[in-house]
Amino acid sequence: MEPIMAVAIGILYAAAIFLMLRRSIVKLVIGLILLSNAANLLIFTSAGMTRGAPPLIPAGLAAPLGPVADPLPQALVLTAIVIAFGVLAFAVVLIRRAYEIVKADDLDKMKDTDT
Amino acid sequence: MMQFAVLSGFVLAAFAPLLHRWFGGSTSFVLAAFPAVLALWFLGQVPAIMDGEVLGFALEWVPSLGMSLTFVVDGLSLLFALLITVIGTFVLIYAGGYLKGHPDLVRFHVVILAFMVSMLGLVLADGLVTLFVFWELTSITSYLLIGFSHADLEARKSARQGLFVTFAGGLALMAGLVMLGIAGGSWSLVELNGMGDALREHDLYTPLLICILLGAFTKSAQFPFHFWLPNAMAAPTPVSAYLHSATMVKAGIYLLARLQPSLGGTEMWVGILSVVGALTMFTGAFLAIRHTNIKKLLAYSTVMALGTLTMLLGIGTEGALIAFVTFLLAHSLYKGALFMVAGILDHETGTKDVTAMGGLRPLMPVTALVALVAALSLAGAPPLFGFIAKELMFETILGAEAYRWLVVLLAFAAAFLTIAVAAIVALRPFFGERRPTPRVAHEAPVSMLVGPAVLALLSLLLGLLPVLAGMGLLTAAASAVIGEQVTVTLALWHGINLPLVMSLVSLALGYMVFRRWDQVRARLARLDPLMARGPEAGYEALMDWVAVVSGWQTRILQNGYMRNYIMVTILTLIALVGNSLLLRHAPEIVFRLDVRFHEVVVVGLMVMGALFAAISRSRLGAVVSVGIMGFSIALTFILFSAPDLGITQLLVETLTVILLVLVLFRLPRFASLSTPLERVRDVMVAGSVGVLITLLILTAWGIDQFVPISGYMVENSVPLAHGRNIVNVILVDYRALDTLGEIFVLALAAIGVIAMLKLRAAEKPGKPASQEKESADG
Repeated sequence: MEPIMAVAIGILYAAAIFLMLRRSIVKLVIGLILLSNAANLLIFTSAGMTRGAPPLIPAGLAAPLGPVADPLPQALVLTAIVIAFGVLAFAVVLIRRAYEIVKADDLDKMKDTDT
Repeated sequence: MMQFAVLSGFVLAAFAPLLHRWFGGSTSFVLAAFPAVLALWFLGQVPAIMDGEVLGFALEWVPSLGMSLTFVVDGLSLLFALLITVIGTFVLIYAGGYLKGHPDLVRFHVVILAFMVSMLGLVLADGLVTLFVFWELTSITSYLLIGFSHADLEARKSARQGLFVTFAGGLALMAGLVMLGIAGGSWSLVELNGMGDALREHDLYTPLLICILLGAFTKSAQFPFHFWLPNAMAAPTPVSAYLHSATMVKAGIYLLARLQPSLGGTEMWVGILSVVGALTMFTGAFLAIRHTNIKKLLAYSTVMALGTLTMLLGIGTEGALIAFVTFLLAHSLYKGALFMVAGILDHETGTKDVTAMGGLRPLMPVTALVALVAALSLAGAPPLFGFIAKELMFETILGAEAYRWLVVLLAFAAAFLTIAVAAIVALRPFFGERRPTPRVAHEAPVSMLVGPAVLALLSLLLGLLPVLAGMGLLTAAASAVIGEQVTVTLALWHGINLPLVMSLVSLALGYMVFRRWDQVRARLARLDPLMARGPEAGYEALMDWVAVVSGWQTRILQNGYMRNYIMVTILTLIALVGNSLLLRHAPEIVFRLDVRFHEVVVVGLMVMGALFAAISRSRLGAVVSVGIMGFSIALTFILFSAPDLGITQLLVETLTVILLVLVLFRLPRFASLSTPLERVRDVMVAGSVGVLITLLILTAWGIDQFVPISGYMVENSVPLAHGRNIVNVILVDYRALDTLGEIFVLALAAIGVIAMLKLRAAEKPGKPASQEKESADG
């Protein structure tokens, strides 16, 4: 499964970068969403992908019965998902506010500070 | 511990403003007690050090990096420490008179104390790192002192110049010291000096020597870096008397003397130091004659003295090193006194131009006497201590092996020019007909006379009784520089020999130059166009070039277009990561293909969502595609044993789509803003990143550098943390602080969102009111 994931993550990165190079600020934000998702997947797959063995410990036992998926990348990605959402919410409100003031969603028209 | 006694000066500096509140104008005299006490302590160590003892005060700092705060007192450190503390005491007393009532006296005290401690640390430090830290501290504090009159453009410019030149050298020095530490395998000067020829034969010897010499030469104003020192005369005179005679500018000389036992004596060392020293010596004396500003005259003669010291270190014979320590002491005594005299003249007459002064002797008899004694020592006239130093210097260079005639010629020329300088400084203002000065001159207050008087008296006393200096301090200092125990015996009378003849001839020539000084200056003025092309012009050109280059690269790299910044970042990433991935580690791709149909469908949906989001021309289409991608990712997480991630992703993705729908539809429709060519370029850049990332992942799977730490977490989840969901246990237990930080970030983001939505800046005048309304219902 991993080679396919590697290609998929590569495509996600490429799409994200392409969007971030647009002049429209909305596309920039969508690019950011793609980028954070791609990075999350990168961390998630880097530990290897395991089917059907979630890192849970059955009741009554002190340790899982067999090998389980690595819990650490999962914890890191969980944090990252939430943080990415925080950043996204901030960015979206920021561009809305910027549009109100500058009246443009074209980044080229935002490059001067004295609008 | 001695370290704390010395470093407590920093604390004292911090409390100086408080002391000002209590003692007012006499704070200088109170603060002078600090160097005075240290000076007494150092004096008390002279007998022990004389016997060849080395006092060490060990203190670990960062033992894992081999850094220590160890202070070592040997003969050389002791000589410097005494100069720093004794002259420091008098400079503080002197400043109490010179800067009396100055509004920034507090600032002066803080910085000069900090400088004093840094300088002491520099000469006492045993560790290379400690030495470097103190070295840079002296650069910073001296920058603040040169620029003391910060309202004056010239002072600011000179301070900046001194800082840039010494910092550039400091960078080279850092590299040199690191190489020295690597080559010697030790960061302790004492250990390095005990290594014999190991360092001289090391492969790194040439580069490390060049780097260290660059540091020392810039700090000690050696040719061609000498120009910053005369410009630094923009500082108030107490600063010049302290930094630019005995302490800061001698730091480079100190470092060279300190490393003489381990690095000195090679052909390269002898060649560079002798030639640069001799050139500096001559340049300083020659340029001095051209000036009429008394402080510049003295500054250039300091350049001359620093050159002499470097040259003597270069020659490096036992006699040369004895001459070195003698000259060092003599110069510090008379130059400190003369700078203070210059300050008195400036203070009392209101001018620094010696041609504007004359006949001041009846008005200020004590100053005149002090000036005369100190100047005689500068000129090297018997029976002053300067005479002994100069005799030794002549004797040494006549016996030099490398570049003898060049050195002798330059030294002789420098000597008689220096004599002229001494005469100009001591005779011109005090004798001849009285000239009107901007201020009506009268004798200086006692506080300003004590320092120069004591220093001049010492010059005379040591000249008459050289055994006093020779027996004690200089024996110890010379032994430390040479690296083995020697005995220094100094005498005023050496019999009639070549050095004495040279002294007498140079006295006569010097007096002639003095008599015809005005004509000499007029002749030399013709050289001005040539002088304007000196090293200082090179410095200015370099600074202009730096401004041009930074302007150019700012326009290229930071042109205000967002995508340009992103492009630069990405291209750098591709270049660096790609380089090390493809060229340095040939990628070994691990290819384990084990797929199931439903997984491929989910991943395929994810990829299509991303691609469609990238090319969609409608806002809704883009948002829907992002949603599809997000939900496919959630499914992937669930399929591959990460239920918590799947749940979180589902929630977040839902919120994201709602947020985007709510906000984006208040923005205009997508417009086609870029040309096809730009799009092709962007596709290529983005595609390279994608390929790079894919290769990176495929390579990374084949590499297992460390044992994962998650095994511990899995094992101890129930026994220690009492939780069955290991991911949750990691979040709230093993990495609880991380999660707390995350909560803070979210809270901050939430506050930011609320602030942007609810808070409005007060409406600026001239803005249409309609805008406000429009925003309010947005």
